[in-house]
Amino acid sequence: MPLIELSGVDKTFTVRRRTGRLRRARQVVRAVGDLSFTVDAGELVAYIGPNGAGKSTTVKMLTGILVPSAGRVRVDGLDPARQRRELAGRVGVVFGQRTTLWWDLPLRDSFDLLRRLYRITPSRYRANLDRYVDLLELGPLLATPVRQLSLGQRMRGDLTAALLHDPVILYLDEPTIGLDVTSKAAVRAFLAEMNRDRGTTILLTTHDLDDVERLCRRVMVIDNGRLGFDGDLTALRAHAAAERTLVVDLLAPAPPIELPGARVVRVDGPRQWLSFPAETRAAPLVAAVMERYPVADIALREPDIADVVARLYAESSRRA
Amino acid sequence: MAEPAELAGPEDPAVLVGGTGATRDVDRTGPVQTAGARPPGAVRTYLMLVRMWTRASWQYPTSLLLLTATQLLATTMDFATILIVFAHTRSLAGFPLAGVMFLYGTSATAFGLADLAIGNVDRLGRHIRLGTFDVMLVRPASALAQLAAEEFSPRRVGKLATALPVLAVALTLMPVRWDAGRVLAVPVMVGAATLIYAALWIIFSTTQFVAGDSPELLNTVVAGGSFLTQYPLAIYGREVVRGLTWVVPLAFVNWQPALYVLGRPDPFGLPAALRFASPGVALVLTALAALAWRAGIRHYRSTGS
Amino acid sequence: MSVYLAVARHSFRRHSAYLAACLAGGITNTVFGVVRAYVLIALWRSRQPAPRIGGYDLTDAVTFCFVSQALIVAVAVFGPPLELSERIRTGDVAVDLHRPADLQWWWLADDLGRASFQAFARSVPVFCLGGLAFTLRLAGSPVVWLATAVSVLLAVTVSFALRYLITLSTFWLLDDRGVQGVSIVLSGFFSGLAVPLVLFPGWLGTLARTLPWAATVQVPADVFLGRYPGWHLTSALGFQLGWAVLLLTAGRGVTALARRRVVVQGG
Repeated sequence: MPLIELSGVDKTFTVRRRTGRLRRARQVVRAVGDLSFTVDAGELVAYIGPNGAGKSTTVKMLTGILVPSAGRVRVDGLDPARQRRELAGRVGVVFGQRTTLWWDLPLRDSFDLLRRLYRITPSRYRANLDRYVDLLELGPLLATPVRQLSLGQRMRGDLTAALLHDPVILYLDEPTIGLDVTSKAAVRAFLAEMNRDRGTTILLTTHDLDDVERLCRRVMVIDNGRLGFDGDLTALRAHAAAERTLVVDLLAPAPPIELPGARVVRVDGPRQWLSFPAETRAAPLVAAVMERYPVADIALREPDIADVVARLYAESSRRA
Repeated sequence: MAEPAELAGPEDPAVLVGGTGATRDVDRTGPVQTAGARPPGAVRTYLMLVRMWTRASWQYPTSLLLLTATQLLATTMDFATILIVFAHTRSLAGFPLAGVMFLYGTSATAFGLADLAIGNVDRLGRHIRLGTFDVMLVRPASALAQLAAEEFSPRRVGKLATALPVLAVALTLMPVRWDAGRVLAVPVMVGAATLIYAALWIIFSTTQFVAGDSPELLNTVVAGGSFLTQYPLAIYGREVVRGLTWVVPLAFVNWQPALYVLGRPDPFGLPAALRFASPGVALVLTALAALAWRAGIRHYRSTGS
Repeated sequence: MSVYLAVARHSFRRHSAYLAACLAGGITNTVFGVVRAYVLIALWRSRQPAPRIGGYDLTDAVTFCFVSQALIVAVAVFGPPLELSERIRTGDVAVDLHRPADLQWWWLADDLGRASFQAFARSVPVFCLGGLAFTLRLAGSPVVWLATAVSVLLAVTVSFALRYLITLSTFWLLDDRGVQGVSIVLSGFFSGLAVPLVLFPGWLGTLARTLPWAATVQVPADVFLGRYPGWHLTSALGFQLGWAVLLLTAGRGVTALARRRVVVQGG
């Protein structure tokens, strides 16, 4: 049985917009429409989409903060809308833009409070705390009030807080936002390890496509409240009709290469960039170029995932 | 002033053993709650959070002391006002100084207790706006308990520090024929009044689920209510007192019970049974507060923010 | 000079964005005014025949309630503290100290802009609402109206000077919440908002009427009530002016000290 199950989930809001000085017009906004997907235990899934696509709404429904207008949601066999508190004990959440820790209390106090709230047995608490403090290098920070921590340090604190009670699922809402490169890498490595060694299922919403590329095996793209894509990265690239690039270094500057199935997009002295559809096999093209032109060097570039996703968003907003 | 490095509670055997948890539990499957353990109840959640906040505020003793002193000063000024009024008269609406001191003492004590317990519930609007309310909903504990305990500050005790002595003095000076009923009535009325204030505080705070971050109305009703009950309601006129009896039941905070304790006739001729109604009113309001909270959360969870 | 006018105008505009909230808050002011009025009515009616206490008759007392309640926000009796406080805490004030404009005059202009808006958006409505519930005494003549306006202006200035001094304490105390708290409590009591200062008995009354807080609410209210006929007006306005000058001068001194401290500490 899948760990997370959504079927036919709708979420509509009635928003009152001001139209003029005193009048308010009622507008029905469908944040999520007919959303269905499943996530099995042990998966590491990225959930991406443009702003306002319905990502946070989905996560809120999965955690029970919001109640769906229609459809069915089951997480670990429980209905988040009705069994919120029971589910809360099995789930960990990390919000990128606000902390789950208590702002004015030292880190250690926050963890201790969580131990009591989640009813963690003392031995388990000790073990976990030591493990995460070690892994995330929180040792010297334990006595510091959370408000004095840097963003990266606070994120590590939040990760610990979310995992102390050994949740089966971890939701992360934009966890790497605002972090520097080293911190991002550290967070990703940590999450990968959690998923690999502890089997924690992870659902990650993000705008940082590096997160997607380096961490997740599966990607779900949501736009305008609907699931636009659900698959792995290769499929994502193919789906968005992305193009691969052949970078050819000729021996000397020459007019644009002519090659059936590819087109030259840029020329800079002896170097030329040729784009061709991602599904086309590269080997025959390479062979053809090498046969017909004096080539000093040749390289193959995969489509930039940012391009891929941008294309996907553009396509679905065209459709909408 | 610094927190001790080891913060383990007394029930933590691993620490007694010494070192960092000799037993490394490798049970990977499933969450850690001991079998059948349910999330902590609301009261327990509240108490554990309050204890932690109290401990945290002791880290800044000077600030705490200063703020407590300010509270003390404010309540003293409040009371000085009554004394100044009585410098010019022997009675107010027929009540002598001791009687007004009694009204002040009971109202201020009850308000101080309610404020101490759940004073921060009015920050609901702010929590919703900043997203920290969602953080509370994600934990396996009562959101109301968390909200009430959030940023608990022992400095609120300052309010009680003036109110209780005034009440004590009033009790000794009041011209009352004390019997068992009257003696019992005093703690009962203060208890009921505390519940009434707390319930009203919660009810008006829940409007922020719909109206957003707007503590104005809250302020007017509860702070205004606490202020006006420091004086005999007789001074406000029949219409106002009717409103305070049947609409916003502040008359039951101390006025009605005081009429019983002081053995005075009701200047507006309201039924004598009302004098004993305050516990009942408190219970009804508490139930209403619970309903209001439930409705508020339901609304929040279906419409978001 | 034009800089400060611009600051004041900008402040006025900034605060006018919160008109709705301002009006809503006026209801709280009115409700408290009503409660206070009833207490004073009960006091006056407890003695037969209707007395004059502290020189006030009943109508004076009730009018005083609503004038004082109306002035609360304009004169910032209960705060809020100046935004300067936050700027000192974050260190942004270093930028302000480098500007060619004078720090104190800048914030005074800002405060006067705020007060002018709130005088219209809050003081006037609160007084009018009070007038609907009770019979109030209006100022007798155009001279008195004018004098009241001047008196309120001076009151805001005195209040500003006090708040400015307290705000500057942030340079030394880092956390000024304690000082602000104490100042607000004292301000509320000694400005006459709890009970009119004219009721304060004996030495307490004399003390209260000499303190600067008296200049913030009690004096303008008394001017409005016509308690300073003819040349006596100068003594009232002079009292306010005296405190204003004294406190503003102290403010300049402390600013200089603060400036030196910022330089020493490196901002």
